[in-house]
Amino acid sequence: MSDTAVPRTARPTALARYDRRGKALSGRASLLALLIAIGLLAATLASIMYGALTLSLADILGALTARITGTETTGQAALAEAVVWDLRLARIVMAVIVGASLATCGAAMQGLFGNPLADPGIVGVSSGASLGAIAVVVLNISVLGPWTLPAGAFLAGIATTLIIYALASPGQSGGDNARLLLVGIAVNAIGGSIAGFLTYLATMEQLQSLTFWSMGSLSVAKWSTVALTLPPAVVGIALLVWWSRPLDLLALGERQARHLGVDVKLLRRKLIVVTALLVAAAVSFAGTIGFVGLVVPHLFRLMIGPGHRLLVPFSAAGGGFLVILADLAARTLDPPSEVPIGILMGALGGPFFLWMIYRGRNRASAV
Amino acid sequence: MIHLRNVTVRIGGRTLLDRVDLDCAAGTLTALVGPNGAGKSTLLSVVAGDLDADAGVVDLGGRPVARHSVADLAQVRSVFPQSSMVRFGYSVGEVVAMGRAMRDVSPDEDADAIEVGMRDAEIDHMADRDAQTLSGGEQARTTFARVLVQDTPIMLLDEPTAALDLRHQERVLGLAAREARKGACVVAVLHDLNLACAYADQIVLLSEGRVVAVGDPWSVMEEERIGAVYRQAVCILSHPERACPVVLTR
Repeated sequence: MSDTAVPRTARPTALARYDRRGKALSGRASLLALLIAIGLLAATLASIMYGALTLSLADILGALTARITGTETTGQAALAEAVVWDLRLARIVMAVIVGASLATCGAAMQGLFGNPLADPGIVGVSSGASLGAIAVVVLNISVLGPWTLPAGAFLAGIATTLIIYALASPGQSGGDNARLLLVGIAVNAIGGSIAGFLTYLATMEQLQSLTFWSMGSLSVAKWSTVALTLPPAVVGIALLVWWSRPLDLLALGERQARHLGVDVKLLRRKLIVVTALLVAAAVSFAGTIGFVGLVVPHLFRLMIGPGHRLLVPFSAAGGGFLVILADLAARTLDPPSEVPIGILMGALGGPFFLWMIYRGRNRASAV
Repeated sequence: MIHLRNVTVRIGGRTLLDRVDLDCAAGTLTALVGPNGAGKSTLLSVVAGDLDADAGVVDLGGRPVARHSVADLAQVRSVFPQSSMVRFGYSVGEVVAMGRAMRDVSPDEDADAIEVGMRDAEIDHMADRDAQTLSGGEQARTTFARVLVQDTPIMLLDEPTAALDLRHQERVLGLAAREARKGACVVAVLHDLNLACAYADQIVLLSEGRVVAVGDPWSVMEEERIGAVYRQAVCILSHPERACPVVLTR
């Protein structure tokens, strides 16, 4: 037998040190984190300043200190305070929640399905939520008052995902990703046809509100919606970061991930539940906003690599940043009316995505 | 370490394994050989816990394989799969490190173990390369390094040498034999009978889902038996230096 002992003296100097987490935070990732933090602050400031009413820095500082110190304001100052606190800040926080939820769930679904084109709505949440919203509007359901539409969208989104998951996982086997996708396509087609039928029944007025919802908008964001969506979003995104190591192992395929100790069925169930909750919450209040879940993780994968320990938090920050900017544009392009965010995302995200594909075509890691 | 009795596997009306017995001790390298479709990979899947036997006993380290959780199994056995791929742009070093990801061992030892594993598999010079850009042989060596760093008492290798050149075939089986000498229980599916004869302590010859012969290389490699099982006439010589059998086609 040949001697396979390796002399310890043959130590190549350039060998990077790896441990179970992959590699430590590189200088590049730290720099990028700093840039995103600055970008988030700048976007937040710009979002507070601009809109139907343009505020000066002094107005904003006054509004902030008045609310914090509890000082009574009157006239122009009271208006500024209300705009800053009750409209714009709530909207900015909601934009971050929606963007971070969609982008991190996109990263998680892409990891689960091993496909960079997987969308956060891949297991039916978005289309189910659309159906719920359409049903609420067309059938004139109003049991919960103004909360009826988001509640209907949320419940229908979760229910659709559960139906797809149950049909794709018969008996003990737990199913697999391919089956999940096929069942998802079939269920989405059925849901789409019911939604189409309801739309066919809708009046012109109902159609208008449906169109608005389906193209996405943060105009309903208030502190009450923030209070309802922030805690689950924080917990959900933290869980996705916590599961980053098993998500990495899925890159080797389901079978090999299992060989390395990942209970793939259990992980799939957990990822689908968290994703359904986060996406349903985002979609219920903001409508369908495309491209965030697709573009943001893809972009960060190109910049900091595919490891989910960094990819998920970076996607959260990047998704929040992108939706703040999109919402700012939505509010300022054609005041006082608002351009639906979905239109902006498609118009900006589409060409951007094309550019990334074009740029990455010579690199194996791009797609 | 591995103990199978009367293991039967049927899939879609076909019997893939028919009352198979297998015993592999710690500190030995067992080669599973046989023609295409003999049930070698099926047998390895049953031992790995990927596939449930329809009947019979499958024990790993004194416990039925079905009673191990997925996380437990990863502490007990590592698997080199017949085909492997990596999605997204993970580097070679990151892929090797994945072998360590869910192990109940101190993370402080990771860096050294991963470095040694990469050097053993001769992939240390490509540690930072995108694993998707590797050739078939480089990919196989990366997977082998990943299996080495998982550092389990049982190693299950499904055709580890299929994609490798001469040097790396010898090297990978040499490393597998080294792990066996250090106390591991190694089982490898091999197509190359000469590699099996050179490195295995025990050879299990399978045909049509049954064990035809078990024993050391000289006792299993009989011209008539190999000729009948593979439906290909062979002659068996003695290796001029290694004192093990060499199988040549006639």
